[in-house]
Amino acid sequence: MKVAVVVFPGSNCDHDAYYVAKDVIGADAEMIWHKDTSLGGADVVVLPGGFAHGDYLRTGAIARFSPVMNEVKKFAAAGGPVIGICNGFQVLLEAGLLPGAMLRNRSLKYQCEHVFVKVEQTDTPFTLASRKDQILRIPIAHGEGNYYAEADVVARLEKNRQVVFRYTTAAGEASAEANPNGSLHNIAGLCNEARNVVGLMPHPERACELAVGSADGLVLFESILRSVGGAAAPLPAKASAAAGAVANR
Amino acid sequence: MRARVFVTLKPSVFDPQGTTVTEALHSLGYDAVKDVRQGKYFELEVDAGTVAEVKRIVAEAADKLLANPVIETYRIEVAEEVVA
Repeated sequence: MKVAVVVFPGSNCDHDAYYVAKDVIGADAEMIWHKDTSLGGADVVVLPGGFAHGDYLRTGAIARFSPVMNEVKKFAAAGGPVIGICNGFQVLLEAGLLPGAMLRNRSLKYQCEHVFVKVEQTDTPFTLASRKDQILRIPIAHGEGNYYAEADVVARLEKNRQVVFRYTTAAGEASAEANPNGSLHNIAGLCNEARNVVGLMPHPERACELAVGSADGLVLFESILRSVGGAAAPLPAKASAAAGAVANR
Repeated sequence: MRARVFVTLKPSVFDPQGTTVTEALHSLGYDAVKDVRQGKYFELEVDAGTVAEVKRIVAEAADKLLANPVIETYRIEVAEEVVA
């Protein structure tokens, strides 16, 4: 399995995603510069976190026009699994690959903390290794993660089960207190109708080893291995240890 | 020709920055200010023959890039004219 990590000028979680893909789950991984016009034969595309093009104009607004995005769109249209994390999610929204938009956090603060996120849908390539309603403790780090869409769009997302991740309490309650940024319906992450494109504000790639405080994010990468790499792909020792630690939490 | 584009959040969209500015103005004693909506302002120098052509180009640019239609609306002014 090969993972392409797209690098925009201003991406800063690209190495985290590359490290997890290559060293934690043992996949083949390649950094793809935003001006490239090939995804290098990748099976999975990651749009990483950061501040692509300085977040000028709006988050993701300029990145959407990077040449590589034409390839990402083609790849997604052909059913290829694409995940946008944080700024990558914002890019997917601006590019129209996912519906809605991000507003400034309700607090006006850059929220940087660990939060609890419930995995509500397990029929996406990035969540199929998760239990339904599994609670993940993973970090967020964003100033504009306040998800907004028109009421009819949000209703359609709920009806189609496109809300994949929701901010909740540790007990799994989607309360106002558990919502770190004001997102409608506590939405932390979405998928498209075809379910192969997923975006989320929290950073699973920053929570894949206990040494960094949580390995709960690993389940997304295990899901990729299982959906693309085949169920037989054994996890390297490092990842298995981390996964075991998750199970034992 | 000089075109001005005013981009603002749709009325239905909550504006956390505008709300905070409103509260700050109230703390300064400006109780007469009932609401603030914050937006963006662009000046575009456009080389085109007619006002209509400038409007067409700028509207297209606003639709494609300057505003995000999911959350924002815009208003264009060319010379002394105002276009919805």
